[in-house]
Amino acid sequence: MTVVRDVVTAVLLPAGAVFCLLGALGLHRFPDTVSRLHAAAKAQTLGVLLVLVGAAAQMSPRHAPVLLLVALFQLFTVPITSQIIARTAYRTHGLDRDRLLRDELGDRLARDGTPVDAGDGAGRDDDAER
Amino acid sequence: MTVLYGVTLTVLAVAGLLTLLRLVRGPAALDRIMALDVLVTMVLAGTAVGMIARDDTTSAPVLVVVALLAFIGSVTAAHLIEKRKGMR
Repeated sequence: MTVVRDVVTAVLLPAGAVFCLLGALGLHRFPDTVSRLHAAAKAQTLGVLLVLVGAAAQMSPRHAPVLLLVALFQLFTVPITSQIIARTAYRTHGLDRDRLLRDELGDRLARDGTPVDAGDGAGRDDDAER
Repeated sequence: MTVLYGVTLTVLAVAGLLTLLRLVRGPAALDRIMALDVLVTMVLAGTAVGMIARDDTTSAPVLVVVALLAFIGSVTAAHLIEKRKGMR
């Protein structure tokens, strides 16, 4: 039984750590806020999930559920945080529109009559929309 | 197993450093909030590995609190930025 737990830990811990590293690399290298968010969310969910499950395998049955609770909590909260940050980035021009192939939200907002202006955010009147 | 924990912590530390670099460079406040959130998550993972390396699980409940606080903090800060549109 100990061998099984050790193997699980030996596989999951490095895998999770490498995932975190790749996420951090993406966070460092990607060009705009939204694409960086894409890399960050992967590290925050899958990377940490793997590390926590790998660590939980080494713990006593009394303490392991706490780590699994954190992992579950991470699965719930990271999408919420990402969505809010992405929405804010879209509205505060945190995305590089030259790199977009399609802007479906922009299309829809234009159709509904509440377009977000596609400028670069320079010289905007911030009080106009309050 | 000690080597395994060492390697995992080292990789997490390098990832944390890269995240720290993004935290310093920005450029937008949103990038910093995001980087801080990722950094907290990596500290979370590192603490979990440290706990099993030292075979001491007394700080396990702390992880739950830290995860909660990181979530609330990021959401609040992002919301604040959304209220003050256009600020960089």
